[in-house]
Amino acid sequence: MSQARRSIARSIAAHGVLILWTVIALFPVFVTVVNSFKSRKAIFAEPLALPGPESFDLVGYATVLKQGDFFQYFLNSMTVTVGSLFFVLLFGAMAAFALSEYRFRGNGLMGLYLALGIMIPIRLGTVAILQLMVASGLVNTLTALVLVYTAQGLPLAVFILSEFMRNVSADLKNAGRIDGLSEYTIFFKLVLPLVRPAMATVAVFTLIPIWNDLWFPLILAPSEATKTITLGSQVFIGQFVTNWNAVLAALSLAIVPVLILYLIFSRQLIRGITAGAVK
Amino acid sequence: MGALTLSKVTKSFGTTDVIKGVDLRVEDGEFCVFVGPSGCGKSTLLRMIAGLEDVTGGDVAIDGVRINDLAPAKREISMVFQSYALYPHLTVRDNMGLALKQAGVPKAEIQAATDKAAAMLSLGPLMARRPAELSGGQRQRVAIGRAIVRRPKLFLFDEPLSNLDAALRVQTRIEIARLHRDLGATMIYVTHDQVEAMTLADKIVVLRAGRVEQVGRPMDLYNDPDNTFVAGFIGSPQMNFLKAGALGLRSDTLGIRPEHLEISRASGLIAGRVSHVEKLGGETLVYVNTDTQGLLTVRLFGEHDFAVEEAVHLTPDQARAFHFDAAGLRIRG
Ligand SMILES: Nc1ncnc2c1ncn2[C@@H]1O[C@H](COP(=O)(O)OP(=O)(O)O)[C@@H](O)[C@H]1O
Ligand SMILES: [Mg+2]
Repeated sequence: MSQARRSIARSIAAHGVLILWTVIALFPVFVTVVNSFKSRKAIFAEPLALPGPESFDLVGYATVLKQGDFFQYFLNSMTVTVGSLFFVLLFGAMAAFALSEYRFRGNGLMGLYLALGIMIPIRLGTVAILQLMVASGLVNTLTALVLVYTAQGLPLAVFILSEFMRNVSADLKNAGRIDGLSEYTIFFKLVLPLVRPAMATVAVFTLIPIWNDLWFPLILAPSEATKTITLGSQVFIGQFVTNWNAVLAALSLAIVPVLILYLIFSRQLIRGITAGAVK
Repeated sequence: MGALTLSKVTKSFGTTDVIKGVDLRVEDGEFCVFVGPSGCGKSTLLRMIAGLEDVTGGDVAIDGVRINDLAPAKREISMVFQSYALYPHLTVRDNMGLALKQAGVPKAEIQAATDKAAAMLSLGPLMARRPAELSGGQRQRVAIGRAIVRRPKLFLFDEPLSNLDAALRVQTRIEIARLHRDLGATMIYVTHDQVEAMTLADKIVVLRAGRVEQVGRPMDLYNDPDNTFVAGFIGSPQMNFLKAGALGLRSDTLGIRPEHLEISRASGLIAGRVSHVEKLGGETLVYVNTDTQGLLTVRLFGEHDFAVEEAVHLTPDQARAFHFDAAGLRIRG
C-alpha cells in the first residue's frame, strides 16, 4: 500500500514539474496571442489581461492583412519550409541508408564528413553562398532558400537517421533481396516505415529553425515576391515606432502553420511507435 | 534439381578471415545441417550461398552452374531467418506471395501457390492478418510458408527455431522434417543445437572457426568421429575425455561416452566421489569427481540411487572407447 501511495506522490510531483514547464514554455506564445487581440492602449496598460469587451480590437489583424501581400509571404514561407523539409528527409534518409547498409571504402570518413555540418554553422559561409547565388542567378528566388536550408538540415538528418537505420533488422532487408525487391523498394517500403519516428523527430528539428529564420530570407531573397513571413513581419518594426498590434497579429498567424505541421509529424511519431517493428 | 557445390570457398571481413576454405557437396534432395558453436561462421556461409555476402575466394555452384555473381533473387533459393523477417506492412498472404509477384507471375497462379502452402502449414485462418497480429510460432510458420511458395531449388534455414519455446521448437522441427519428406527439396539448415542437427539431417557438416571439421551422416559422426572436437560436439551429455597415460594406454586421449562408463560401488579402474546426480526418469546422470581424471559424467538408464559424496569406481568400456592423439585426431584401428 505504501508503495502505491508513494507512486501517487511521485506521479503528482512529475506532473507538477511538467505542468510548470509547459506554463513557462507556453507563456510567450500565450502573451503574444492574447495581446494580438487587444487595442494598442490595452497592450501597454495591462499586458497580461485577457481581451475584454472594451480592450478587444482586431486592428492588428486588419493592418497585417491590408499591409503588403501577407498571404503571399505565408505561401512563400510554406513553400520554402515544406520544400526544404522534403529534400532534407529524402536525401538525408537516402544517405543514411547508404552509410548504414553498404560496406564501401571510406564509409566511416564519409559519415564523419556528412555529420561535420552539425558543428559548423552554415551562416559562416553566407558571403560565399551569396556570391554563389548571384553567380547562378538565384538571388530573390525561393529556390535559393530551399537549397540553403536543405544543406543546413542535412547533417543532423543523416546523423540521426543512420543511427536508426543501423537498428533495422538485417534479416528483413535480406528477405526482401531474396524475394527480388530492388534496393529502392527495400529502402522505401521496408526501411523508411520502420524509422518513421526518427523521420518525424528530424522533421520537427529541421522545420522550426527554417520557419523562424530571418537571416537568409533577408540576404538571399528580400524581394516583395519572395519575402517569407518572418521577414514580412519586420515591416511593422520600425526604428522609431513599432506597430505592436500588427507585429503580434503577424506572429500569431505565423504560429498556425508550424503548429499544423508539428501536429502532423507528432501524429506520425506516435503511429510509428505504436505500430512497432515486428520482432 | 538443386545440388550445391562449394569449392575452396573463403570469406574475409577486412583482415579477419571468417570462412577459411570450405569444400562441400550437398546432393539433390538432401537435408544438410551446418552445426558448430556460435561465431564459427555458419550464418556467413549460408548467406554466401544465398548471395547476401560476396564470396572472397572459391566457387559456389548450384547444379554445376557457378553462381558467385548472381543476385539472390535469381538463385532460385528461399531463406527462413531466425527473426522471421516478415514484411510488417503486408498481410500473411501478401508476405507469402511477394516473391512470385516480383517475378511477374499471374495473380491466379500466386493465389493457388499461396493457398497450397497455407494448407500444408494450416495457415488458412491467418491469411488476412498482418505479422504484428501473429504469435512467434505462427510467424515462423508463415516464414516457412513464404519459403515454400516460390518452389526453390534450395531451402536455406538460419536457426529458424531459436526464438521459439521448447514445445513449439519440437513441433516445428517435426513440421520441417515432414516438409522435407513431402517436397523432396534440397535443404540447408544452420543450427548450434546438436539435437536439431541429429534429428533432421541426412548429412551433418560440423564447422569450427571457419573450417569443416567433419562431414557425415548423424550416426557416422556419433559412432565414428574424426577428432575430439566432433566427438565432444555431437552427443549429449558430452563425451568424457580421459588422460590415456594415467590408464596405462599408449594414445594421448581416451574418449568415452557417458553411457559407456561403468559405475560400481565395489571396484573399478578410476576412483572418485559422486558430486551431483540428475534423475530424468528414463535415465540418471551421475557426475563423478575423480582423483586422476577430473569430473566425469555417467549415464545410466532407468532410476538409480547415488548419494552425493558417495565413493564410487568407474570403468570405461574399452571396446566402445575412442583413441585420440596429442593433436586431438582420432587414432583408428
Ligand atoms: N558483417 C560482418 N563484419 C565483420 N565481421 C563479421 C560480419 N558478420 C559476421 N562477422 C564475424 O564472422 C564470424 C562468424 O559469424 P556468423 O557467421 O554470424 O557465426 P554463426 O552464425 O556461426 O554464429 C563472427 O566472428 C562474426 O563476428
Ligand atoms: Mg548465426
